[in-house]
Amino acid sequence: MTNISCTLFAVPGASPGPLFLARRALGWLALLLVVGMLARPAAAAESTSFEQALGHLATANFKQKERAVGELLDARHANTRAVLNALLEGTLYYRKDDRRVFIAAAQDASLRLLDPLTMSDAGTAEASDYTKITTNNQLRKTLKSALASFDLADPDANVRLAAVNELMRSLDADSVSILRARQSSEKNDAVRTAISTGLAIADLDSADAAVRLAAVEQLEGSLNPEAFNRLSALVTKADDGSYAEPDENVRNAARAALNEIDNWRSFYRTLETLFFGLSLGSVLVLAAIGLAITFGVMGVINMAHGELMMLGAYTTYVIQLLMPQHIGASVLVAIPVAFLVAGGVGVLIERGIMRFLYGRPLETLLATFGVSLVLQQIVRDIFTANNRPVETPAWMAGSLQINEAFSITYNRLYVVLFMLIVFAILQLVLKKTSLGLKVRAVAQNRAMAKSMGVRTEWVDALTFGLGSGIAGVAGVALSQLTNVGPNLGQSYIIDSFMVVVFGGVGNLWGTLIGGMSLGVVNQALEPYAGAVLAKILVLIALILFIQRRPRGLFPQKGRAAEN
Amino acid sequence: MRKTNPGGLKQLAAAIALMSAMAAQAADTIKVGVLHSLSGTMAISETTLKDTVLMLIDEQNKKGGVMGKKLEAVVVDPASNWPLFAEKAEQLLVKDKVSVVFGCWTSVSRKSVLPVFEKNNGLLFYPVQYEGEESSKNVFYTGAAPNQQAIPAVDYLMNEVGVKRWVLAGTDYVYPRTTNKILEAYLKAKGVKDEDIMINYTPFGHSNWQRIVADIKKFGSAGKKTGVVSTINGDANVPFYKELGNQKISAEDIPVVAFSVGEEELSGIDTKPLVGHLAAWNYFMSVDTPANAEFIKKWRAFIKNNKRVTNDPMEAHVIGFNMWVKAVEKAKSTEVGKVIDAMVGIEVPNLSGGTAKMLPNHHLTKPVLIGEVRADGQFDTVWQTEGLVPGDAWSDYLPGSKDIEADWVKLKCGNYNTKTMKCSGQNYE
Repeated sequence: MTNISCTLFAVPGASPGPLFLARRALGWLALLLVVGMLARPAAAAESTSFEQALGHLATANFKQKERAVGELLDARHANTRAVLNALLEGTLYYRKDDRRVFIAAAQDASLRLLDPLTMSDAGTAEASDYTKITTNNQLRKTLKSALASFDLADPDANVRLAAVNELMRSLDADSVSILRARQSSEKNDAVRTAISTGLAIADLDSADAAVRLAAVEQLEGSLNPEAFNRLSALVTKADDGSYAEPDENVRNAARAALNEIDNWRSFYRTLETLFFGLSLGSVLVLAAIGLAITFGVMGVINMAHGELMMLGAYTTYVIQLLMPQHIGASVLVAIPVAFLVAGGVGVLIERGIMRFLYGRPLETLLATFGVSLVLQQIVRDIFTANNRPVETPAWMAGSLQINEAFSITYNRLYVVLFMLIVFAILQLVLKKTSLGLKVRAVAQNRAMAKSMGVRTEWVDALTFGLGSGIAGVAGVALSQLTNVGPNLGQSYIIDSFMVVVFGGVGNLWGTLIGGMSLGVVNQALEPYAGAVLAKILVLIALILFIQRRPRGLFPQKGRAAEN
Repeated sequence: MRKTNPGGLKQLAAAIALMSAMAAQAADTIKVGVLHSLSGTMAISETTLKDTVLMLIDEQNKKGGVMGKKLEAVVVDPASNWPLFAEKAEQLLVKDKVSVVFGCWTSVSRKSVLPVFEKNNGLLFYPVQYEGEESSKNVFYTGAAPNQQAIPAVDYLMNEVGVKRWVLAGTDYVYPRTTNKILEAYLKAKGVKDEDIMINYTPFGHSNWQRIVADIKKFGSAGKKTGVVSTINGDANVPFYKELGNQKISAEDIPVVAFSVGEEELSGIDTKPLVGHLAAWNYFMSVDTPANAEFIKKWRAFIKNNKRVTNDPMEAHVIGFNMWVKAVEKAKSTEVGKVIDAMVGIEVPNLSGGTAKMLPNHHLTKPVLIGEVRADGQFDTVWQTEGLVPGDAWSDYLPGSKDIEADWVKLKCGNYNTKTMKCSGQNYE
């Protein structure tokens, strides 16, 4: 082994912390408020130091850039915020020959320049003559913190709340003074609560035991992870038997607070596991429900089911290519289109192959396996073997923050809702429409249905199309959760069969309950057993279950079951 | 029974004449084997490497070939099927009698062809970063050993980012398991406690990351700076990073440094959730050197696609190929034994502006770069090692391999035990 030392950033001396910068920014803000927004304080000196700091940005390494950010804040120039924002967004460039800094917007190969000193247009220029001023994670954090202190005075309460949370990411003496200054003038409840939580955490360091006790009481029931960490630190015994917190009363209060926080945290963790399980279960149900129709109702083992899902996912990709301006809407458009595409392919498979093989399950299995390979190869030939990027619409990204210990990611939430809708529609179709009636009639007694005038062949084709179409719709949902590639279907086919067999062949409710319980069991096991072992355990449990109840959770009853 | 007829004899004579003509032609070319999967799961990554070798051969032939002979590529498709790798390697060495083979990606495919190369005295250039713990006489490892990728990345997180708590997340197979074993030993040697290390393995192609990401989030909210070292392989990365984004874990709070995510992998996905996360490689496409600019230009012209990206294993093949050409010219022969002897000590320029040198343990000297993912799927280099790091075949941090050394010049051994002063006799483990 060699010694590896850092070359680029071996700059001696500490860099200014984000909060140090933030405090300076706040000082600057206070000054602004006093002087008034429009009156620019004696400009000449500030412009020079601002210009110098800008110059530093062009040549600096990351640590020096952090210092340059501090200089920019110190310069108290009216355009400081715009420059910092541009640096964060990656729109700050410098000219290669004279290292002058510009804010620039890229237009093809050229740049539209803006002079940061005057905020006036500086024309367009060749992009190759300019270099972007880069940032790294540390610098971006510094920048966000600096910008957050500007935002504390924003009229929008949400912006202020985000700014407080940003400042609380690295709480220290500097940020505490900023927050304390803000506390009295803050009108919004949520923002005030956030500020006082932050201040209470800071007060745990106070020399006065009464202040600490008040802080502990303030933090009781808070789900902020930092609060939990700090409180646990208070009551943890050091190696020499002493506590970090000298006062017995404060320690007891902290223990009580911790107890309550712990209870809430484990409650929310259970909720979280339940949600994870339901969302995984929803994916399983979506994947399996089409199969429940073709396998359960028609008795056809369709190994190409996964590939029909894959077609649905690729349909989403193509629709996105067709409407690049409306990514958000494209997913919704893709749902009916994917249904038609996959359903159409399903009808083709049924008319072209399956109908010659009814009653010969082994041959059906092999034939559909062949179809699955053909479909995969067609997709490979059209779209190449590489995975295709399907963008997640903005409304599906991120998470619904219920509190600091529990949040639900939107994409999973929508999948759960989507599965319920698909399931409800399918139930309606099967129970309330004439097609559904015929499907059920054929499933229960083919000969009888035929003699009653039902065109069984036509019903077969439509049922198969329906099941395939649902698979396509499931593919749209999967495109948001996993990779869209030729092998997408293979990874779900086994799980789908598992769900259908577990739930009971021929029973849609069984599929729903079966999928959901498999999902929850899997997610409940995962923290203890790991992802690999959890899957194996579920599979073993399923095999044992099938030994006891070969017809699954909800076996079909009556004469239909005897066939 | 059929009678022999004069016509049949004539055909046979013609066939013999044809075969000897082919043999004569074969003598005029030097055969270069390409053993990369062109179908199956690994095709995504390996097809690019096949094209890279073809481009290098094409270029060399335009310069007049090697020792006045043209190079002829023999491309086979092992189809991401590990036993088939051994079969195809045998075919290349025994039937096609190639002088050198460029190939393999996964460690399991390399392990599968190793005995074939050693039995038939073949020559393999292996271009991918790997877990180390191996040095074969017949293989030159042009990718990174763990001390040229994993260890410097951990050093960066520890010293520059200040990470105190570590998540080692990987796909469940040999490379992540060995790498994480080395990293765990390394972290403990640096004083990291057991409770500050979380290790997690997931199956290939894992897509349901909710629980694991929630656990990482919880692990990372214990008040100490947390970093994730990811040996997650292939397309499981996309849903992983998506889930990180959805659960609002940003690179500024919990950075993820990946060893298997490069430009090629990023070109197929929506990179927005990844921005700011890290990767450690020995080459980035964004490295601004004249050699790299020229290579990108040639590659795009050869592949006839102006958007194609380059990546680290491609650079490894460029270095390996140029080294082999130099070694052949130095040995004045394509005979494997002579080329192997000539290889050690050969230096060729790499694409990031330094020089790669072949060491006696059949590994290279390499610079190590840490990059942050940009929105356009490229990397911004944020840190790099001072000078070059020599590849170490046997990790110094694993109890079993600490005392083992590979040296094919002085010791003539791939796993010489410095304590017992014995070469274990096997060429690989």
